[in-house]
Amino acid sequence: MNAIIPLALDTLSSAALIFFAAVGLTLVFNVLRVLNVAHGSFYSIGAYVGASLCLFIVSRQLNPYLSFVALLFSAVLVAVILGPLIESTLIRWTYGKSEAVQILITFGLFLILEDVQRIVFGVQSLYEDAPMRLMGSTAIGGIVYLNYQIALIAMAVLVVIGLRLLIKHTRYGRLITAVVFDREMAQSIGIDTNRIFILAFSLGVFLAALGGALAVPTSGVAPGLGADTMVLAFAVAAIGGLGQIEGAALAALIVALARVLAIYFAPSLDAVAPYAAMLIVLLARPYGLFGSITARRI
Amino acid sequence: MIRTLIFALGVLALVVAPTVAPWLEFVLTIAIAKGFAALGVAILLRAGLISIGHAMFFAISAYGVAFFAGSGISDFGILLVLSVVVAGLAGAVVGAFLVRYRAIFFAMLNLAVSMVFYALFAKLYGITGGTDGMPVPVPHVFGLVLSEPAFKNVLFYGSVALMVLVGFLVHRYLDSPLGHALSAVHANEVRLEYLGVPVWAVLLVAYVLSAMLAGIGGAISAFAIGRVVPDFAFWTASGHLVLVAVFGGIGGVPGAFIGALFLELLHTKAAAYTDAWNLIVGATLIAVIMFLPKGLYGLFSRSGVSAQ
Amino acid sequence: MSAPILQARDLHVEFSGVRAADGVSLDINEGEFLAVIGPNGSGKTTLLNLCTGYVRPRSGSVLLDGHAITGLTPRAITRRGVARAFQIPQLFSDQSVVDNMMLALAAKDGLWTMVRPLGSRARRDEAIALLDLIGLRDDRNRASRTLPEGHRKLLDIAVALALKPRLLLLDEPTSGVSTLERFSLMEALMSALRQRSITALFVEHDMDVVARYANRVLVWNAGTIMAQGHPNEIFKDERVLKNVVGVA
Repeated sequence: MNAIIPLALDTLSSAALIFFAAVGLTLVFNVLRVLNVAHGSFYSIGAYVGASLCLFIVSRQLNPYLSFVALLFSAVLVAVILGPLIESTLIRWTYGKSEAVQILITFGLFLILEDVQRIVFGVQSLYEDAPMRLMGSTAIGGIVYLNYQIALIAMAVLVVIGLRLLIKHTRYGRLITAVVFDREMAQSIGIDTNRIFILAFSLGVFLAALGGALAVPTSGVAPGLGADTMVLAFAVAAIGGLGQIEGAALAALIVALARVLAIYFAPSLDAVAPYAAMLIVLLARPYGLFGSITARRI
Repeated sequence: MIRTLIFALGVLALVVAPTVAPWLEFVLTIAIAKGFAALGVAILLRAGLISIGHAMFFAISAYGVAFFAGSGISDFGILLVLSVVVAGLAGAVVGAFLVRYRAIFFAMLNLAVSMVFYALFAKLYGITGGTDGMPVPVPHVFGLVLSEPAFKNVLFYGSVALMVLVGFLVHRYLDSPLGHALSAVHANEVRLEYLGVPVWAVLLVAYVLSAMLAGIGGAISAFAIGRVVPDFAFWTASGHLVLVAVFGGIGGVPGAFIGALFLELLHTKAAAYTDAWNLIVGATLIAVIMFLPKGLYGLFSRSGVSAQ
Repeated sequence: MSAPILQARDLHVEFSGVRAADGVSLDINEGEFLAVIGPNGSGKTTLLNLCTGYVRPRSGSVLLDGHAITGLTPRAITRRGVARAFQIPQLFSDQSVVDNMMLALAAKDGLWTMVRPLGSRARRDEAIALLDLIGLRDDRNRASRTLPEGHRKLLDIAVALALKPRLLLLDEPTSGVSTLERFSLMEALMSALRQRSITALFVEHDMDVVARYANRVLVWNAGTIMAQGHPNEIFKDERVLKNVVGVA
C-alpha cells in the first residue's frame, strides 16, 4: 500500500502535465476548427523560457520564491507574444481553406519553431528544480509527498473547472460558444470573431506553455520536447475526442496510467504506451471517448 | 515528344555530372533517394492524404539493410529487394489501420507512428545500436567485391537507372484506373463508394506502394552513407519529404525528383552559412502553400460533398 | 411485367422518433419505371436509401433477385447491380466528362490494374458511346464542374448507367433543372433505359413528369404507402389529390 500512493501521485501529476499539453490543442480545435500541428512547440517554448528565467533567478541569487512567479510569467509571456502573432498571420489565413492547407501551414510552423528554439536556447538541456525544492514535502502517515506534485494536480483541476466556468458563465464564454456553434451567424450579429479567435488561440498557447513551464522542475527541457509533446497531446486529444475538454482530462489520466504501467513492465517501451492506448481506443471508438463526427459543443 | 527529349537530356546531365564535379556524386545519390521517398508521399497527396511521418519507412528499410547485411547477406541486389519488401510489409501493417482516416487525423497518426518508430530505434540499444546507429558495409555487386569508391559509383548509376525505371512504372500506375481512383477519393469519396469501389483497398495499395518507394530511398541512403541512425525516422526528415512532395504534386513523377535535387543542392550550399535548415524548409513550405496558384493538384479544393 | 427485381418486406425505420418507414412492403418489377411521390419530409428518400443500403431498417428485409441485401453496405449493393443517381449530382468535378465516365466503367470492371491506362481505346470508345446515348457527347472534354446544372444531372445519371445496373435509383432527376430542359432530360433517360432494359425507381416532385413517364406510381405518406397504381388512377384518387398534389 505504501508504494501505491506515491505511484498514484506520480501518475496524477504526470497526467496533470499531459493534460496541460493537450487541453490547449483540443480547445483550439473546438473554437477555430484548426488542429495546430505546431502546438507541442508552445509547450517546449514555455519550458525553455521558464527554465531560462528560473536559472537566471537562481544564478543572480534573487529571491528563490520568484521562480514560481517566473514559471507562471513565462507562460503568459509566450501566450501574449506568440498567440496573437501566429493566429492573425498564419492560422487566420487557413480559415475556409481545405484541411490539407491547414496541415501543411501548421507543419511548416512546427519546423520553423523547432529551429527557432534551437537557435535561441541552444542544444543543451535545461533544468532547475528550485520551485519544487522550495515547496518541500509533507509526510502523512509515514509517506512522504512532494507538495509540488500536489500543486500540479490542483492546478490541473482548477483549469478544468475554470474552463467550464469561463465557457458557461462569462460573457467571453458565451461569445465563444456562439462562434463555435455558427461562425457566420455570430459574425452577422456583430460579434468580433477575430478577437474571439485570437483569444481562444492565445488561451491554448498559454495552457501549453504553462504545462511546459510547470514541467521544468520535474523533467527539465531538452531539444525534441516539442515533437514528443505534440504527438502525445494529439494522442490525448484523440482518445478524449477532439474538442472535448473533460475528455482530454480523462484521456490524460489514461495515458499517464499507460505510461506508468509500461515503465513498470517494459521500460524501453514507455514511449509506445500512449500510442498503444490510443490505438485501442480508436479501434473501438474512432472519434475518441467523447467525440463524434459533429462534436461541436464545448 | 518534346517532354521525353527534355527528360532524356535531364537524365543525361545527371549521369555526366559527377565526372565533371566528383563531389556531386554523393549529393546526387542522396537526392535521388529522397526523391523516391518524396514520390511516395506525393502519391498519397493525390488522394488528399498528407503523411507527415513517411520517413519511418525510409528508416525501416535502411535499418533493414543494416540488419540483413549484419546477418550475412552481402549481395547488393538482394539487400535492396529485402529491405524494400520489409518497408512494404510495415506499410501494409501501418496502412491497414491508418487509411481508415482522412485529413488531419491521417496526418497526425502518421506523425505519431513515425515518432514511435524513432523512439524504438533510439532506445532499443541492444538491437538497433541506439543513437549510435548501425554500420552498413559495402556489399558485393553481382558477386564482385568492390572498393568503396567503385561501389559508390555503381550505387549512383544504379540509382539513376532505378529512378528512370521505377519512375516510369509509377507514372503508369498514376495513369491506371487504380491511380485515377486515388484522385477520385479526394474529389468525391462518396461517389466512389457508390460506384462499388472499395476505397479502403485502393488507399491501402497506394500506401504500401508509397512505403516501398520510401524504402527504396532508405536503402539507397543506407548504402550511400554507410551508416543508419535513428534520425532517419525523425519527424523533421518527414517534413523535408513533404516539402519535396508538394513540388512533386505539381510536377508529377519528375517533379518529385527535380524537387529533391533542388532541395538537396540548396541544403548543401546553405549548410555552409547556416544551421537552420528546418527553418528554411518550414518557411519555404508555408511560402509555397500561400503563394502558389490554386492549381496544385486540386489539393486546395474543398472536398467532401455530402450526398443525402 | 415479370418477376420482381426488388422486394421489400415489412420495413421499419425510425429517425429520432419519426417513423420514416412503418411496416412498408413493396415490389419493383423488372422493366418497370416506378415513380415515388409524396409530400416533403414523408421519407421518400429514405426508401431510396433503404434500397442502396445507406439506411439499415430496424426490422424487415430487402431482397434483390431473391437474395437478401438488408444490412449490406452501399458498396456491396452497388456491386450487385443497383446504381444510384443523386439529387445533387455527385461527380468528380475537376475531371472531364469522359474521364468521369471512364472511371465509372473501370469501377464496373477493370479497376484492379496498375499497368494498363484508364483511358484505353476500348474504354474511351465505350464511354463516348454512352455519352452519345444520353446526349453529352459534345461536352465530353469539358471539366464536369463547368457544365450547366441539367447536364451535370445527366452526367450523374450517365455515370450510374455506366455501371450497367439491373436497377437504377434516381433521386429527383428533374429537380434543379429548368422546365425547358426537363423533358429533354427525361427523354434521353428513358431512351437509354429502354435500350438497356434497366428497371428504374425514381423519387419525383414534378407531377407532369410522373404522369408522362411512369408506368406505376407509389404514393408515400407518413412512412407508409398510401396508394399505388397506374398514374391515371392515382391522379384521380381524391386522397392523393388532397395530400400530395395539393388540390382540394
